[in-house]
Amino acid sequence: MGIPYRLTSKHIAAGLALVLTTAAAGQAGADPASERRLESGKQLAMARDKGNCLACHAFDDGELPGNVGPPLMYMQQRFPDQAALYDQIWDATARNPDTMMPPFGKHGILTEEEIGLIVEYLHSL
Amino acid sequence: MSEPVTFRLLLTVLAAMLAIPAQAGPEEDREAFRAFFFKRFPDVPPDAYADGIYALDENARRQWEEIEEFPPYEFAVEQGEALFSQAFANGGRYADCFENDGIAVRQNYPRFDPQRGEVVTLELALNHCRTANGEEPYAYDSSELIALSAWMAWTSRGRKIAVSVPNDPRALAAYEEGKRFYYSKRGQLNFACSDCHVTSAGSWVRADHLSASLGHPTHFPVYRSKLGKMISLHSRIYGCIRDVRARPFPEQSVEYRNLEYFLTYMSNGLPANGPGARK
Ligand code: HEC
Ligand code: HEC
Repeated sequence: MGIPYRLTSKHIAAGLALVLTTAAAGQAGADPASERRLESGKQLAMARDKGNCLACHAFDDGELPGNVGPPLMYMQQRFPDQAALYDQIWDATARNPDTMMPPFGKHGILTEEEIGLIVEYLHSL
Repeated sequence: MSEPVTFRLLLTVLAAMLAIPAQAGPEEDREAFRAFFFKRFPDVPPDAYADGIYALDENARRQWEEIEEFPPYEFAVEQGEALFSQAFANGGRYADCFENDGIAVRQNYPRFDPQRGEVVTLELALNHCRTANGEEPYAYDSSELIALSAWMAWTSRGRKIAVSVPNDPRALAAYEEGKRFYYSKRGQLNFACSDCHVTSAGSWVRADHLSASLGHPTHFPVYRSKLGKMISLHSRIYGCIRDVRARPFPEQSVEYRNLEYFLTYMSNGLPANGPGARK
């Protein structure tokens, strides 16, 4: 239900645990092409006329985030499979018909390619 | 657990299963609507919901109280009073069209009109009064009509909202239409009114703090500082519907009138406190 999400010590503890267990795993490579993809994913997620995900989710260094949805962090752990993350963004109503999260792909708010870029970016968080 | 207790429990459960569920009607809806918010915000006194987001947001409330010291809607109230007391060309008056000469009746609107078979809002009633007296109706976004509505709201301050759904299948149907509209997902963003103003009331959507729907219609028309002018309830609703990227209906469409009927019924018992001032 609509209990507002807040960052709690539980989230932070979960995050720390994740950092400790995956510290050695290594993150996305630092080559310029993939950096550019991550940057456009970030832009798409934050822009008001695109994903505007900040309206409801806190993530990264986004300013004035809303708290209708949970903070987007540790996405690799929450969504080991990128396809599941893609599906959540494409049509969140498939999982929860009453969700407040707009069906970004199904309603043509974002294109497949745009969602793909957002997924890559979120996976890096 | 001792036997008699278990047995009694079983009986209770059986009785509950057999009991015919109470017929859900407007009054049951209203009680459930209020109860939801009272449970979510146990510290907010019921009447405070008439103040919209200022019931839930202490900081915003302080700024608002400062604004209220020099009410930005005062001019509209004065203009409305002057217009209201002017006779029409045929000698008729607005006062003749309303109960109690139009003083302190705002809280009874919208009402179901059995002759017309539809919901009549205060704005519509004012225009009906004009046409019945041979005058042109006002545009719904005209400053004159909004001023008249502001004046009538002013004379009702402190009265309890008292909208009724009479025992007429058409009235109940109008109420149900409004209720369905309120809970329906719409637009490209797929939001229902209830998503923002029930489920997520009190949450933040970026810099916007979401108010509870309970109390939404008590204080219209409203001076919006963002726009620098007075607006009607329907114009406010129009804005919310445009924001979810749905096709908005025109002011005073049957859709919005039925929605206002439902919404105002939900606020029955709260003090009328229009006109208001909002961001
Ligand atoms: C209007 C509110 C809203 C907007 C805008 C929104 N979301 Fe959501 N999101 C939610 C809610 C509420 C949930 C909680 C689960 C549910 O109801 O589906 C959620 C859940 C999620 C989840 C699952 C989180 C988890 O840990 O299970 C992801 C991932 C997500 N959103 C990503 C996004 C992205 C990416 C965007 C922008 C492109 C976005 N959301 C925009 C409201 C929103
Ligand atoms: C995406 C979120 C969203 C949806 C959906 C939405 N609103 Fe709003 N609404 C807002 C915001 C934000 C405000 C301004 C802050 C506040 O008072 O809640 C607002 C304000 C209002 C106000 C003015 C409140 C006051 O105290 O003056 C009314 C009335 C209102 N909305 C009615 C509706 C109705 C009716 C619907 C559905 C047809 C609706 N809203 C759908 C976000 C929404």
